[in-house]
Amino acid sequence: MDADLCTPPVPTAVLLTRVWRVVLFAGLLAVVLTGCATPPPANDPEALAEFKQTNDPLEPTNRVFFEVNNGLDTVLLKPAAQAYRFAVPGGVRTGIHNFLSNLGATVQLSNDVMQGKPRRAGDTSMRFLINSTFGVLGVFDVATDWGYPNHETDFGLTLANWGVSDGPFLFLPVLGPSGPRDLVGFGVDMVQDPFTWVGATPGLRAFNWTKFGLSALDSRERFLDSLDQINKTALDPYATFRSLYRQHRTGQIKELRDDNRATIPVWFPQARTNATPSQAR
Amino acid sequence: MTMANRRAFLFLCCSALVTPIARPSLAQTPSDRAAAFVRTTGERILAAMRSTGSVAERRKIVGPIIDQAIDVDGVAQFCLGRFWRTATPDQQQRYTKLFHEVLIGNITSKLGEYKEVKLTVGRTQTRDDIYIVSTTIERADNPPTTVDWVVGNVTSNPKVIDVIAEDTSLRITQRSDYASFLSHNNNDIDKLIRAMKDQLAQS
Repeated sequence: MDADLCTPPVPTAVLLTRVWRVVLFAGLLAVVLTGCATPPPANDPEALAEFKQTNDPLEPTNRVFFEVNNGLDTVLLKPAAQAYRFAVPGGVRTGIHNFLSNLGATVQLSNDVMQGKPRRAGDTSMRFLINSTFGVLGVFDVATDWGYPNHETDFGLTLANWGVSDGPFLFLPVLGPSGPRDLVGFGVDMVQDPFTWVGATPGLRAFNWTKFGLSALDSRERFLDSLDQINKTALDPYATFRSLYRQHRTGQIKELRDDNRATIPVWFPQARTNATPSQAR
Repeated sequence: MTMANRRAFLFLCCSALVTPIARPSLAQTPSDRAAAFVRTTGERILAAMRSTGSVAERRKIVGPIIDQAIDVDGVAQFCLGRFWRTATPDQQQRYTKLFHEVLIGNITSKLGEYKEVKLTVGRTQTRDDIYIVSTTIERADNPPTTVDWVVGNVTSNPKVIDVIAEDTSLRITQRSDYASFLSHNNNDIDKLIRAMKDQLAQS
């Protein structure tokens, strides 16, 4: 606490910038040390086609970070998530998950609007209003039962909806599987998040770090069983994660593009949408 | 009995006669057949998993159900991708046999966590002569999972050719795993077979 009084307050955004500078430097160093993947010879067209489809030119570097992340996970995150599961009852964990998810509503809404998906934006707004009040600060997800389901979104998906392709595969330190589009998306989402810009007081900073730590525990706990399963059944877990990540993103993009629900409220006579303007009058 | 009542009575009698005849003809559509096939198979597997016994015992019960319901040979061939053609008949045979065991092992261990499960069969979509049956799997303390079952050969002998859980296809994931393993091991199929054997021994 004394240190906080002596040093000028540093907002979370500045702290994160410092962290990212280190990460970026480590990344560049790894690329220089490990190099790029060698494409198969041109006389093997099938192998070459597969190489292009995999689109992972930085594979050797990515594998280094995969191992680094696995190491960090084994000693830090996984035991922490196991302890979290052991110590905190399921119902409380769900409450924490809902609370954290509700805090992300502003970023979600902003992306829904930029994606041009009014019904999704409406769902997000109603969820935030209902869950923040009736759901006691977002701890209980009342809105889903009331007909406003949740959906996942981020700026990477917004870019995808605008037609930006995913680009080569990247496995990033701490963040895990990604790509240029989704990495830019991650950065933009941080900038969009109001919580990035608060934190100049010790209380708010503590809140932000608690939120960060709890989010990490919450996401890891939710994947405890499936990650164990993948590590047990895959011969090459790196390739399996790469495939799963890409398939999952493709599925999310398809779901987003296909979500073209009409914007008329449920209580409004639905037949009028098909009526000609003269009939509607 | 008034005229209107008599009409209603006659109508009820007629519909009572017609309904049992109409039902089987509805059940004959390929979509319904695919959905019914998935429902029965799913329930058979879940019932086997509910039985209290060791992993080996459960594997014995689940094995025949999987062999019967899933086109394991077809999936095995798909997962080896372009390497299927370069494999010798002997390698193909050893690989397919191992693939059966690996698949049964994976499904049994995956379903080991699935006690108290509720399976709901949703809508069926068609793509060419393939039927995709959507189901929702609900478990306590877990958000519901969407699992799509891709069913081929619906009219004669329906078989599952892929399982898509939360947008990720089982056979595509498996194929990329094997392809990557092979490309890092000089495309040597014997090495793949050895790795699969080791994997089985560990499980």
